[in-house]
Amino acid sequence: MPRTLMKGNEVIGAAAIRAGCRAFFGYPITPQTELPEYMAAQLPKVGGVFVQAESEIAAINMVYGASGSGARVMTSSSSPGIALKQEGISYIAGAELPCVIVNVMRGGPGLGGIQPSQSDYFQATRGGGNGDYRLLVYAPASLQELADLVQIAFDKADYYRNPVMVLADGMLGQMMEPVEFRDDLPRMELPAKDFAATGTMGERAPRVINSLYLKPEELEEHIHRLFAKYEAMKVNEPLVETVGLEGAEIVVVAYGTTARIVRSAMATLAEEGIHIGLIRPITLFPYPMGVFETLPDSVRQLLVVEMSMGQMIDDVRIANEGRLPISFVGRTGGMVPTPALVAERVRELLGATAVGGATEGSGATAYQGVGTGSTTGGAR
Amino acid sequence: MGTESVASTRHGAVRVVTGHYGSGKTEVSVSLAMRLAAQGVPVALADLDVVNPYFRSREQADLMTAAGIRVISSSLGHTITLDLPAVSPEVHIPLADPTCDVILDVGGNEVGVRVLAEFAADLRRRTAEVLLVVNAYRPETVDVAGVLHHLRAIEATSSLTVGGLISNTHVCRDTTVDDVVAGYRLTQAVSEQTGLPIRFVCGIPSALDGLADRLGAPVEGELLPIGLYLRDAWM
Repeated sequence: MPRTLMKGNEVIGAAAIRAGCRAFFGYPITPQTELPEYMAAQLPKVGGVFVQAESEIAAINMVYGASGSGARVMTSSSSPGIALKQEGISYIAGAELPCVIVNVMRGGPGLGGIQPSQSDYFQATRGGGNGDYRLLVYAPASLQELADLVQIAFDKADYYRNPVMVLADGMLGQMMEPVEFRDDLPRMELPAKDFAATGTMGERAPRVINSLYLKPEELEEHIHRLFAKYEAMKVNEPLVETVGLEGAEIVVVAYGTTARIVRSAMATLAEEGIHIGLIRPITLFPYPMGVFETLPDSVRQLLVVEMSMGQMIDDVRIANEGRLPISFVGRTGGMVPTPALVAERVRELLGATAVGGATEGSGATAYQGVGTGSTTGGAR
Repeated sequence: MGTESVASTRHGAVRVVTGHYGSGKTEVSVSLAMRLAAQGVPVALADLDVVNPYFRSREQADLMTAAGIRVISSSLGHTITLDLPAVSPEVHIPLADPTCDVILDVGGNEVGVRVLAEFAADLRRRTAEVLLVVNAYRPETVDVAGVLHHLRAIEATSSLTVGGLISNTHVCRDTTVDDVVAGYRLTQAVSEQTGLPIRFVCGIPSALDGLADRLGAPVEGELLPIGLYLRDAWM
């Protein structure tokens, strides 16, 4: 057990600096403001550059420029601020530049609220910016994992020459936990940054950083090259933690903070003799599809738990390929589900199974939004 | 543990709880308020944190109110989740009542104590003590120099003088007596250098067990068990 106690937003900053990040451009927004504050204080000490930009849009375009000149660069924000950055993220992906983007999610849509949420799953995994592109998306569930994944994210960004997003939530950003900065993290052999616009010195042809292709044949070829990278990510990068799948009738799928709440519910249920499993995706793109193909025969249904209205359900359905019924329980708008809520939903589902009730029909999806009491289901 | 001395120290004490970000001011404040209330001491807790949006003592307003504590926070109510400098003027009321113990739970660092300027006149009229929470596991306060840096910054901004120290070194639920000892040693070193007394030594109850034996000496300051009131069971 490490003996350094840190706040999540500080951990992100410290991990980035350890990973060699020497440029940060951002704009304050709750609940991630301690991160730019940390970078403002610490980056000058290591010869780095911090700029509080005039807006999120300016910040992401500074990232574009810094990355284009070969810098290890990061920006961060919270949900509405990440929405503002989408144009720049699409440009950076299009220009094949590396960078790390941290989203400390809060409730939305719009300005929403300042309490934790996971309702930017679509934004992170389905773009948000225009065009055929993907981001590698990490979803840490503890401050230790945050420390590790932020460092790994920089290598992955350089390796794939693509933006990498670390998707945290306000709870992870604000909470305190002991953290250790490990020396044994996997490091990658990285290609030289022979794309960087660093000045020709009259000795070579200029390097052009651009996402504009006016000949559609060339743009298509370019996109095919991008997608070859995304296919490689799907093979090499999926990360997932599984707990107690063997013998479980219900397997819960949850990521980040919510997975910890599920772990607490699992312990409560275990005391009652109810054994459930957990699939915790650590990468949201690429989604760990494989684990759903090899579930033990004991598993009869899946339960998705999120701090949103169920944005991850689409990926679970894709991975599940219609094999098992999928249910949902969650809170949204900045409300945090309790272990008791999750445990109650599990008991309900087990009861329903026993009487052949709410989960009839393979592939049926039953949504339950807390507070509405409504359930819609049926084959979709 | 010295369970009676908190009440008998000084009736109507005003304690201003300050410290570095994340040193544990809020857990200390809520735990102290709950303990005083359990002893029948009239106590008010004012959550003056206008820096942090999460993990503020007002989140436990219902629990504390039920225990008989007067809880004061934003003028917009306890449940509005905004980091606005909207402190309720109600804070002046218990500060004007010499029979009521008052705990001012202020935000972190020198930024957090700015709000105290509003209550400078009230504090002058009372026997108020500014306390500094020391947590040896926070990266900026691992040594005496780090603690003194924050102490001086807090004094300079608040125009108040720190009068006592609170030892609060921990790793949440995994805290052991060794952690409390390590933190106590640092607090002691700060105390020796500044002449400031140690008022409280905090820890989860299991980590305070046998502390004096481990130190081989009496503990300076009272043992204050931490209730982890702000930390949900799953954390």
